[in-house]
Amino acid sequence: MPAVSKGDGMRGLAVFISDIRNCKSKEAEIKRINKELANIRSKFKGDKALDGYSKKKYVCKLLFIFLLGHDIDFGHMEAVNLLSSNKYTEKQIGYLFISVLVNSNSELIRLINNAIKNDLSSRNPTFMCLALHCIANVGSREMAEAFAGEIPRILVAGDTMDSVKQSAALCLLRLYKTSPDLVLMGEWTSRVVHLLNDQHMGVVTAAISLITCLSQKNPDEFKTCVSLAVSRLSRIVSSASTDLQDYTYYFVPAPWLSCKLLRLLQCYPPPEDGAVKGRLVECLETILNKAQEPPKSKKVQHSNAKNAILFEAISLIIHYDSEPNLLVRACNQLGQFLQHRETNLRYLALESMCTLASSEFSHEAVKTHIETVINALKTERDVSVRQRAADLLYAMCDRSNAKQIVAEMLSYLETADYSIREEMVLKVAILAEKYAVDYSWYVDTILNLIRIAGDYVSEEVWYRVIQIVINRDDVQGYAAKTVFEALQAPACHENMVKVGGYILGEFGNLIAGDPRSSPLVQFNLLHSKFHLCSVPTRALLLSAYIKFINLFPETKSTIQEVLRSDSQIRNSDVELQQRAVEYLKLSSIASTDVLATVLEEMPPFPERESSILAKLKKKKGPGAVSVNELEEGKREGELNGGGERGDNSGISASNASTPSPSADLLGLRTVPPVSAAAPSAGSLLVDVFSEAGVNDDGFLRDMEPPTESSDSLLAEGSGDSDSAPPSAVSEDPAPPLPESNELLNKFVCKNNGVLFENQLLQIGIKSEYRQNLGRMYLFYGNKTSVQFVTFTTTVTCPGELQSQLNVQTKIVEPLIEGGAQVQQVINIECLTDFLDAPLLNIKFRYGGALQNLTLKLPVTINKFFQPTEMASHDFFQRWKQLSQPQQEAQKIFKANHAMDTEVLKAKLLGLGMALLENVDPNPENFVCAGVIQTKAQQVGSLLRLEPNAQAQMYRLTLRSSKDTVSQRLCELLAEQF
Amino acid sequence: MQFMLLFSRQGKLRLQKWYVPLSDVQKKKISREVIQMVLARKPKMCSFLEWRDLKIVYKRYASLYFCCAVEDQENELITLEIIHRYVELLDKYFGSVCELDIIFNFEKAYYILDEFILGGEAQETSKKNVLKAIEQADMLQEEAETPRSVLEEIGLT
Repeated sequence: MPAVSKGDGMRGLAVFISDIRNCKSKEAEIKRINKELANIRSKFKGDKALDGYSKKKYVCKLLFIFLLGHDIDFGHMEAVNLLSSNKYTEKQIGYLFISVLVNSNSELIRLINNAIKNDLSSRNPTFMCLALHCIANVGSREMAEAFAGEIPRILVAGDTMDSVKQSAALCLLRLYKTSPDLVLMGEWTSRVVHLLNDQHMGVVTAAISLITCLSQKNPDEFKTCVSLAVSRLSRIVSSASTDLQDYTYYFVPAPWLSCKLLRLLQCYPPPEDGAVKGRLVECLETILNKAQEPPKSKKVQHSNAKNAILFEAISLIIHYDSEPNLLVRACNQLGQFLQHRETNLRYLALESMCTLASSEFSHEAVKTHIETVINALKTERDVSVRQRAADLLYAMCDRSNAKQIVAEMLSYLETADYSIREEMVLKVAILAEKYAVDYSWYVDTILNLIRIAGDYVSEEVWYRVIQIVINRDDVQGYAAKTVFEALQAPACHENMVKVGGYILGEFGNLIAGDPRSSPLVQFNLLHSKFHLCSVPTRALLLSAYIKFINLFPETKSTIQEVLRSDSQIRNSDVELQQRAVEYLKLSSIASTDVLATVLEEMPPFPERESSILAKLKKKKGPGAVSVNELEEGKREGELNGGGERGDNSGISASNASTPSPSADLLGLRTVPPVSAAAPSAGSLLVDVFSEAGVNDDGFLRDMEPPTESSDSLLAEGSGDSDSAPPSAVSEDPAPPLPESNELLNKFVCKNNGVLFENQLLQIGIKSEYRQNLGRMYLFYGNKTSVQFVTFTTTVTCPGELQSQLNVQTKIVEPLIEGGAQVQQVINIECLTDFLDAPLLNIKFRYGGALQNLTLKLPVTINKFFQPTEMASHDFFQRWKQLSQPQQEAQKIFKANHAMDTEVLKAKLLGLGMALLENVDPNPENFVCAGVIQTKAQQVGSLLRLEPNAQAQMYRLTLRSSKDTVSQRLCELLAEQF
Repeated sequence: MQFMLLFSRQGKLRLQKWYVPLSDVQKKKISREVIQMVLARKPKMCSFLEWRDLKIVYKRYASLYFCCAVEDQENELITLEIIHRYVELLDKYFGSVCELDIIFNFEKAYYILDEFILGGEAQETSKKNVLKAIEQADMLQEEAETPRSVLEEIGLT
């Protein structure tokens, strides 16, 4: 039976709803609905014209059916017809149907707009409100086009009814959100702001939402709202609980409006006018005071409304971050809430304290609550509250309490909910790194993480521990000892095996003196885990084994035997098989020296932001994805992982076949930043025989967070710096310094060094190239004791270069403190061969004076050389093939430097080509071969340098498959010797 | 506010109001996800949930869950009281409202909501003023129409 049927009941509708409710099964319901749809369709199509009532009833039934979750594909026209009915309820149903069912690109929108236009001009406030509600509900662009001009007029007109004003304000807000370009306040601005003074509280409540949104976008135009908002707030806060009549809610005067006023003020800095500010501080103090007063009602609504205002006030206090007294009071108030019996309040207090923890004024005050927060982490029954507690612990952590907090988080992790474990792991890892005084504590913490929550330890975490161990020799012995012990456990997490394999492979020698961890014991321990591991881990272990052969010659025969076994050398997995074959070969043919070079200890990693931090930011970042999407991402990650398994381990097979002396052998240093698709197993095979070690940079590549995402993070993070003060930006970049060509030449044969130095600034450079990709680290050092402000750098590719190089820069911090250094990463992709160098423009203010200088970025075509080894016969055959006159470029020039063979060799190696021995019949001459890798094509190049010691002259000849390349290389090189 | 959902303990959606443009498919997916998440909560747990980049604020009244999704910087407690005020409005209008009232008079539930919240923001927080607007509208209805036969009503004639 239908319950109350208020207003004009539609009996047919009630019967239909009852029928649906009585359906015993989903099938029965669908049957009943289909019957009804057929009936309505026939009514709408029938010859007999329907009266308004029937039309209304059927449209309402369709609406009901739609809201049940079924699709509706007719009835729209009938609904539109209802809009022009004179009968209010018919009009009302028509508007409701359209609000719910019509999407913005409907063809009917023109008809609807017509009906709305009529109602807006009807001067009947009820009709006007209906029309405004419809616009606010649909909010389409077409509606904005039709009405964005009219509504502001309605909003500020003197004769508009209050209720219409309220609808108009929020209607405009909705249109502004969908089409900000169409809503122009212009001349109305000040009258809209003055709605804050309106006598009708409802009008103020509606208008303030609009004003807040507009203020966020155009703070300057609306800044007069600040003093109006403060006086309105002050009047509300000081009013007695009954003054505001129906706007008082459970003894709290106008809680919604108060919250909105406080929110509006958060769009602005503290008021400059002393009187306004004083009044505001008074309000905030009153709000804080009221929190201490006994409640006027026991109802939860009373305390919620009161505390809603309190929390909003605290947000404002935190936003200002300038009133230590208020900040500390806020903190104390939140401290009380931490132990409140209302779960909601505990949750909000934890959340709000998180932001207080980052203020220098209240950080210490927040820290005093550590025990309560730890207790919350342990005892709260609601996971979302525990999550907040974990967040707060993370936020309040500093050097003084890091050990305690990390220990508590670790112990919580053992019982933590699955949903938050990964994030907890990241946080523990970050805190452990950030506040590590001694790194053995850090290593212990991470190994504990793997032990406790191995499944949730993402790659970033275990990569990071390896990076740190490699970079800090004081902890390497300890790390080796600790992983060795951890691996003793019968059941080890695979991540532990990875870390163990890597660290013992690098530093097992540091504990080999102890007979309990002798080389063979270490190897057997690792190998006992081998068969339990996945392919990527096995690949990593194989690399560790070959490193063992180098570290401990006595293990060679044992390991060779393992490599030789069918399960390795004939493994069905291509990557494993390849490694086994190549490592076996390497260990048997390479001399000890070569082996020692190839398998040398990892060089230190360049210092950079922890990839874990980037990951956490990503998780927390705006627009954070839902758990579902995260899981999808994870699955995807696994799939990728499967595809690029070769990349997971330290040493690449291809190094073994061509140890090219200029590349860092273990590929640890290079990261192709804009790296293309991961190499497939197939391409790995090919690469063994080519010079290009596609996968020899794999390990580090995995260590890097995905480039795209870190980019976007950065972009978001430093959005402000992007729009740095116009004064600096508007200055044209200076022309390149006269010496910039010379500076460029300095870097033709080397990748690292000081690019530029004057009295203020030093620019260091470190770069790495692989294939057609390069990454450059620029280090800007402030040599003075005064900070550089509005520091901006821009890299441009003049002219043609734009289509030849793809250069991406990350934004640098706009501020460099005196004596400090900031780093900038530049990713370079060579699309096709090029002549010019990109320009680097640097602008900053030093003591008010604008510094503006432009340099050439030392990116030259030879950076993209891949060395090619070849025998004498091949060399001359190719030389002959490149015999067309334009393919050759030659220069004879006087030596600028001493003609020292070793120096020459080093330079030629630095050039990036392979220096071929025993090729040229004249041993005094040098010949080189290489392939320039660009995205568009590969350009093979050969070089011959003939020194004439007597005349102190050189003859330099270059032959390339492309004439411009020969020319350019010749020019570049002629300056080098 | 981005959307408001009313649903029963069995997870049946009773009212949905969207303040951001979304496709029907997205709406269905979101409703399913949110309903599932809220129904899984135990009593005494806190009324706020983080979901995607939004906050879900919910409260149960008898058999019905009222649930709002608000932007990250919104005030949770005041949203909770938005819900309560809406419940009060329904209660006053229907006279101790129950789930059935909302099922059978869903259009009224929408009208009341539109008077109270528009475009996701509170339009009129005074209970009296909202109800006055609704009652005025009810007064506008035409004189009782000619009674119809039951058969005609259910569309059999």
